[in-house]
Amino acid sequence: MRPILLKGHERPLTFIRYNREGDLLFTCAKDHHPTLWYGDTGERVGTYVGHNGAVWTCDVSDDSSTLLTGSADTTAKLWDAKTGECYFTFTFDQPVRAVALAHGGKRAAITTDPFMGVPSAIHIVEIDLEDRSRQTARVIRRIDGPQGRVTRVLWGPLNRTVITGGEDGIIRSWDAENGEVLKISQEHSKQIQHLSMSEDGSHFISASLDKTAKVFDSETLECMKTYSADRPVNAAILSPIRDHIVLGGGQDAMSVTTTSSKAGKFDSKIYHKIFEEEIGGIRGHFGPINALAFNPDGRSFTSGGEDGYVRIHPLDNSYFEIP
Amino acid sequence: MAIKPRWDAIDADTERAVDARRDADDEALSKTTETLRSTKIAAANGGSSDASDLPANEKLGPDEEGVMTSITYQINDAGVRTKTVKRYKEHEVVKKVTPGMLERKTWEKFGDAKRYKPGDESMTAVSLEEIFLEKTRVQPKSELEKASDPLAAMASAQTSLLVCRTCGKKGDHWTSKCPYKDLANDGSKPPDEDGAFGARKPGGYVPPSMRAGATGTGASMDRRRDENSIRVSNLSEDTREQDLQELFRPFGPVTRIYVAINRDTGEARGFAFVNMVNREDGQRAIDKLDGYGYDNLILRVEWAAPREERR
Repeated sequence: MRPILLKGHERPLTFIRYNREGDLLFTCAKDHHPTLWYGDTGERVGTYVGHNGAVWTCDVSDDSSTLLTGSADTTAKLWDAKTGECYFTFTFDQPVRAVALAHGGKRAAITTDPFMGVPSAIHIVEIDLEDRSRQTARVIRRIDGPQGRVTRVLWGPLNRTVITGGEDGIIRSWDAENGEVLKISQEHSKQIQHLSMSEDGSHFISASLDKTAKVFDSETLECMKTYSADRPVNAAILSPIRDHIVLGGGQDAMSVTTTSSKAGKFDSKIYHKIFEEEIGGIRGHFGPINALAFNPDGRSFTSGGEDGYVRIHPLDNSYFEIP
Repeated sequence: MAIKPRWDAIDADTERAVDARRDADDEALSKTTETLRSTKIAAANGGSSDASDLPANEKLGPDEEGVMTSITYQINDAGVRTKTVKRYKEHEVVKKVTPGMLERKTWEKFGDAKRYKPGDESMTAVSLEEIFLEKTRVQPKSELEKASDPLAAMASAQTSLLVCRTCGKKGDHWTSKCPYKDLANDGSKPPDEDGAFGARKPGGYVPPSMRAGATGTGASMDRRRDENSIRVSNLSEDTREQDLQELFRPFGPVTRIYVAINRDTGEARGFAFVNMVNREDGQRAIDKLDGYGYDNLILRVEWAAPREERR
């Protein structure tokens, strides 16, 4: 396979998101401009100019019309995906870390980092995709989060719960209505870097600095599978069509300059989802992998690295011949 | 006559959505062309450079393997008549395209991308390097245990390994950490250089050319290709070197395996050569494998005819 290299970002990548059909690819990086690419050709469509800090995460509505981004400049912004115009800004007092649109796009969860003595928080806001002029900054519910950052947030089945993972390595499921903690899972011993939901929403995969990725039931938070890697894991994703997972990571950015790229384990690893066995690896990055996303058609996936490159890996026959 | 073979495989992705605008969710059919071989033949200089008397272009095929051949005649920039023979395969690729996706393909550039015209940006590049999925070798459990055993033994018997070369103390410290380092005699010679320089120590390395019975020059490496060469025929099309390795390895060490591949289709042509280190092993392999059923085919295994005879 010949990967497509996208060199649009000048700083490490933080997050990658495909739209529902997989023809658009949104990338976020520590430079301030989230970028839109065509998912098949890798052609750059545009950049969303307006943030004044690292952009940590983004989410796109099901109709691909609206993009929500969260940035360290303490704002979350709503963009018109097509024109790149920011039409609404949520301003908080702390840096924004994770954002997630609810199923159906009527609500969004936005998490803020602990800052100046204020603990982390999860904010549930209302989103009006139909009439953008009616969009307000009103926070329906503010849930005071746990100690440390909340790095990723997901909406649970039927939007009843919000699932978060954070610095303390604990995965929590919160009641989206009253903000109570419903379930707690202490399977990871170190910070959770990424959470990614399966196609049907029944389970999700977590990536942690404790060098493992785990699959959890999204209702009970029961840990069902564990994939052990030989590196801190920054991202893990589930294949939408096969019983495989892909995880990526590498030694932390601090020690990268002191080791060779071979020793850094900067390749994406494919594991069998059920048997938890490592199947193979795909090399390419010369920095740790920070973000991964599967194309919804399952025939390619994209990785973003600390090296500032985004690589679209088309999976060829040699992959599909694997049992 | 100048023949310039060229290998193109990248053209394969010239996908074109036919009938781009359809209202319903529809499948856009696109055709990809895989160029197998494109050969350009320049005519001798005597050929006239008049476009009118060029032979008509031809299109042949598809043949039984689905390979099409197109022959085009042209006059190139230098005024030389050229004949291009292109052998290719056509694949039909069906791609689901929704109206929404088609609409999004027409989005105008915005933000930083606005400054560039379409196709003008150098942001996107297809990797020049072919990246392979590197499969993880699964080590059998027993081997893993074996591998860890000596390490465990070492750990338990660590004291005997820890010998200081300066003071000779066992199990206390490493040579570099020796507390008596400064007291050691600096003038002593390194222990290895006590013999005369040129004299060969018994048991030392002797290059093959200087060993008893050597003819002086090394034997030709080429000879080995014909030595103990076994011809295996009636193989199935998807036989790979690895399969033959598995087949022949039990009889003895194998030096070379060559599977004949059809250049056009990439499939095996049904025969292969296997070279064994020892002739006896080869004979045993032939005795056992000739007539052996493999992949629903009955193998034919025999000593390969020497090169000269085959010609």
